[in-house]
Amino acid sequence: MSKAAEPNQRVIEVHNLARVEGEGALYLRMQGRDVAEVKFSIFEPPRFFEAFLRGRDCREVPDITARICGICPVAYQMSSCHAMEMAFGIKIEKTIRDLRRLLYCGEWIESHVLHMFLLHLPDFLNYESAISMASEHRDLVAGALQLKKAGNEIVRILGGREVHPINACIGGFHRVPTRSELEPVAEMLAGCRDFLVQALRFLATLKYPDLEMNYDFIALRHPEEVALNEGYLTTSRGLEFSITQFSDQIEEIHQRHSNALHARLKNGAIYLVGPLARVNINWDLYPQPIKELAREIGFQIPCHNQFKSILARGFETLYALDHSLELISRYERPERPATPFQPRAGIGHGCTEAPRGILYHRYEIDSEGLVRSATIVPPTAQNQPQIEADLAAYAPKLLDMPEDEMTRQCEFLIRNYDPCISCSAHFLRLKIERD
Amino acid sequence: MNATQPSSSRPRLAVYKFSSCDGCQLQLLELEDELLALAGEIEIAYFLEARRQVLPGPYDIGLVEGSISTPAEEQLIRQARKDCKVLVAIGACATSGGIQALRNWADVAEFAACVYARPEYIATLDVASPVAGYVYVDFELRGCPVNKYQLVEVLTALLMGRRPQIPTYSLCLECKRAGIPCVMVNRKTPCLGPITQAGCGALCPQFHRGCYGCFGPMETPNISSLCTQFEEKFGMSRAEIVRRLRGFNGYLEPFKTASDNYEQSSRT
Repeated sequence: MSKAAEPNQRVIEVHNLARVEGEGALYLRMQGRDVAEVKFSIFEPPRFFEAFLRGRDCREVPDITARICGICPVAYQMSSCHAMEMAFGIKIEKTIRDLRRLLYCGEWIESHVLHMFLLHLPDFLNYESAISMASEHRDLVAGALQLKKAGNEIVRILGGREVHPINACIGGFHRVPTRSELEPVAEMLAGCRDFLVQALRFLATLKYPDLEMNYDFIALRHPEEVALNEGYLTTSRGLEFSITQFSDQIEEIHQRHSNALHARLKNGAIYLVGPLARVNINWDLYPQPIKELAREIGFQIPCHNQFKSILARGFETLYALDHSLELISRYERPERPATPFQPRAGIGHGCTEAPRGILYHRYEIDSEGLVRSATIVPPTAQNQPQIEADLAAYAPKLLDMPEDEMTRQCEFLIRNYDPCISCSAHFLRLKIERD
Repeated sequence: MNATQPSSSRPRLAVYKFSSCDGCQLQLLELEDELLALAGEIEIAYFLEARRQVLPGPYDIGLVEGSISTPAEEQLIRQARKDCKVLVAIGACATSGGIQALRNWADVAEFAACVYARPEYIATLDVASPVAGYVYVDFELRGCPVNKYQLVEVLTALLMGRRPQIPTYSLCLECKRAGIPCVMVNRKTPCLGPITQAGCGALCPQFHRGCYGCFGPMETPNISSLCTQFEEKFGMSRAEIVRRLRGFNGYLEPFKTASDNYEQSSRT
């Protein structure tokens, strides 16, 4: 909703952002043609995970942190398992490592497809939702639902259920699947590949708003593979650091104008995490057929337009699909589902590529295996300053639009980020501003 | 649905979110095979996670996800009650307070200071409560997350005007029926199944681990009998028993009182 505050001043406010995960709001004040103030607020209630994790058993942590987010529970389970394994010096077997990559691919597919087709695409095609969009694009929505289902099926077979799967644990899994349990999933995935390729060709024909930003991308990078669970942190401006140095390189600043804690690099630069950052940083590691498709449809790296994150998600989904097929085809059931371990006092860090970007966990564990302290930095919180910077750059281009269209365009831009607000709220030091 | 049929003739659904992870309302979108059919039968009038369009109330059915944990939520849930003919609480947060109800045993000011640099900015209630702590709830569907097929059953039953068929017996029945060997007997693994309500399909035992209580207490659980087994057979400490009971449904009776008793006895 937009209203005139004083002559020459326009205020755009959206109190409840739709088609995002969690509760967020937008406040934008224009003075003439200049942006005077921009706030992307998160008013999701605080749930105090880092506080109540203290005193819990280390083995409970993957199940508890999963409850931070119903859309990316696997990411929380993976970051916390890796952190504990670092603290206890546990080595993971190759097959278990592969199974974790498979599980993560399942989450990338279901989360990305949900966002691309059900939450983001309606903005490009000017529908209020995928439900309305389905009346004229039924095949597209139906195909997307099948692909999403295939991603979910990976999570269900490996994890028991799609939301808050129960099978991941420190050291591996409680139970590992047999080959024959995995094979039907491969069939489902293979059956969706043509749809995805066609859908990417269609997505490339969409009209993309022109907003090139000079992003500093941050993503995990691994020398041999597209990083999911493991790697070192890399920025597009050439900085590289170990995940254990996360809090040496990244700081959280209290901004007076928004009262929100913003993540920044220590040199003061804001940065972008998530699919667009990842494809920019790891594109050389993508398989040739995916690069060829990108060339065919005109998707070029580097890409600094976040509206094209829908394509980045699409290419990541295609990678995850092909990689899942490869992982399933070479799967041999390991003898034991998990590496046994004894908890000990220590500190562990975990950083994995959640669908929305790097998700960092740090735990200090006592000699009885209980949590002494926990730190969790979710991706949307890291992207928050960049969302505001994008809005400040985009808003001046929208001034000649009718006000409800201007509002819709600002929401569209926020949805580029697939913001996961439930994740972010539990640690944001933000002032809850109410009207 | 007939395209000419006025939309107002379909029952109107509202989906609300309070303090939660979004996972339970996401279960609606996880109904990949049923979603488009469901959207044809029901007018999805208010569901911010899925659509931008908001139709004004009143609504025939309101699904509420999340616990009530801030002063603003207290106001909003009262309004939701007024706007909905039938109000259904879905998931552990809405039916028990959820995992964030662990604050209910702690000093919230200390929690806020632990997590937030400027705790004075945080508007929060001392306790995270189930929806029924504030307003009358017509039906409660348990689970962390809810089972999506149980969710369909509840919606179908309400549309048909009958009571939802949701079992309140223990997980053990579900487990036995599925022919899963008991993990307590076979794997010497502690399991909350005997005192937990069925509904997930006995997932954890299928995956060789013990139940951790996502669906909350079954109708008449014998908690002390199970916990005695935990102590005697598995050498579990009272502090660990307290942790097990204080999970995703820890604030729901009789789990709450039992955990309080074990906590007290572990101190003496």
